Amino acid sequence: MTPIQLVFLFVAFATLWAAFMVVTRNNLVHAALFLVIALFGVAVLFVMLEAGFLAVIQVLVYIGAIAILMIFAVMLTRGDVDDIPDITNRYAGWVGLVAVLFFSSLVILMAQWPSFTALAKPILSSRDTIVELGTALVSPNGYVIPFEVASVMLLAALIGALVVARPRKGK
Amino acid sequence: MTFFEDPVVFLSNLIQDLLVGLNLAPSVVTFFMTLLGVVIVASFGLIAVIFLIWLERKVAARFQDRIGPNRAGPYGLLQTFADIIKLITKEDITPDNADKVAFNIAPILSVVSVLLIWAVIPFASGWIGSDINVGVLYIGAVGSFGILSVLMAGWSSNNKYALLGAFRAVAQLISYEVPMLITLLIPVLLARTMGLMGIVEAQSTWFVVYAPLPALIFLISSIAEIGRTPFDLLEAESEIVAGFHTEYTGMKFGLFFAGEFLHAFTIGVLTAILFFGGWRGPGAETYPVLGVIYLMLKALGGYFIVMWVRTTLPRIRIDHMLNFNWKLLVPVTLALLMLIAVLDKAFAGTALYLPALIAANLVVFAGLMVALRQLAVRQRKERKRFKKRPVAKPA
Repeated sequence: MTPIQLVFLFVAFATLWAAFMVVTRNNLVHAALFLVIALFGVAVLFVMLEAGFLAVIQVLVYIGAIAILMIFAVMLTRGDVDDIPDITNRYAGWVGLVAVLFFSSLVILMAQWPSFTALAKPILSSRDTIVELGTALVSPNGYVIPFEVASVMLLAALIGALVVARPRKGK
Repeated sequence: MTFFEDPVVFLSNLIQDLLVGLNLAPSVVTFFMTLLGVVIVASFGLIAVIFLIWLERKVAARFQDRIGPNRAGPYGLLQTFADIIKLITKEDITPDNADKVAFNIAPILSVVSVLLIWAVIPFASGWIGSDINVGVLYIGAVGSFGILSVLMAGWSSNNKYALLGAFRAVAQLISYEVPMLITLLIPVLLARTMGLMGIVEAQSTWFVVYAPLPALIFLISSIAEIGRTPFDLLEAESEIVAGFHTEYTGMKFGLFFAGEFLHAFTIGVLTAILFFGGWRGPGAETYPVLGVIYLMLKALGGYFIVMWVRTTLPRIRIDHMLNFNWKLLVPVTLALLMLIAVLDKAFAGTALYLPALIAANLVVFAGLMVALRQLAVRQRKERKRFKKRPVAKPA
């Protein structure tokens, strides 16, 4: 076992443990803090796949947004953050079943994929991966349509938020 | 290669040869060398703080017509060591109802978030912790740990003032992250790389010449990111005691304190790297030690401006702080980014490149001044409508 595999195992288990803690904590802020660990673990996995850009974006977007999430957790739960006595509701069993089914079908699907057990190959391209990613996002042969669609949708969401939050006239 | 040409590479080669000579596996040698690099860079940052605190107290004192620390050691140089001993010997209190784990992790995270920036700082030609190709984005990403640490500290203290400070902090830090990240893109655009080493190497002319306005906005939004006067609403003494670190004592408070000072200096270093040519200077290519000296001098220049602003301006009100960001800095930086991107595409490689970019900066600046003037005129008219406003008159 190489050192990099040891690191992978450690990070993977830490991520899974943190993800489990997120859904089992009684305290919303604790759940948000464990979510930070889980998302950071995913960022580390991206680094190990030589996807530095994705790792950095993961930290910037997700961990940066957790702070806001925590604010909401504190402000929207009866003014102070009490422990929620019971975190399950009457659908908990069904949701658990769906989660198990979804996860096992994913594992079965992935196991049939031939590269599932293969080791990651080093990136052969001599070009900078960032340059590759950038050109792929805006080239007509690449992902320009999904990219633009996502941009327009985000813009629409932004304008929608402004319209909703704007004070109406006559009030 | 001799010791005097490039001591760091010389010593690292020496240590590497020594380790290989001990018949260690190559992966272990790499691991050990990386660890050594981390320890050296992190210690440099933390030791620099000791000097920086003394420097800031001296400079602030001069601004306020005082002498500053002058009792411990020559010129008061040992004052900070005395303060450290005082902080260590103070009682370490964790409030009864505090969230113990989060309360104790927060100060560490606050220092770590700053130290992480130093991993990608190019000190001189070839002297860099890790020359990753997303360096500029990385700086933005580790900043989010700083925000998180403030929020964790404020929430876990179980104190209303601390929580209020944390809320203010999030409103301020997340807002000012926007213009900061947009201005970070402008050196990226001019250098055509996100690696900090590449950005320094691309600056045969300092980027501040091409983009003076973004450099200024970067400095302003960075000062807001540190939460220093005039943006110290997160710890406004007159309103919310000490904000998010109200409940912290001893060395835990010391860590927040050290983190803030190191962050202020790091802002100076980043400004120097992104807009003032980093380690570039006469002879820095052949003698990297000179490069470090140039970088530190430029960074101290930036740090001096941060201190100057801190000792000169009073704290601004919270609505002014948010308006200033969202109604002024964000639109201006967006306009600048688009303008510079278009001009860069149109004039790259031609003789008009530099004049075009400077003209763009001037146009945006002039437009800004006209708009601010109109705003001031409108506000004055608004005030004149209230003829009978209360005026303090001598009896």
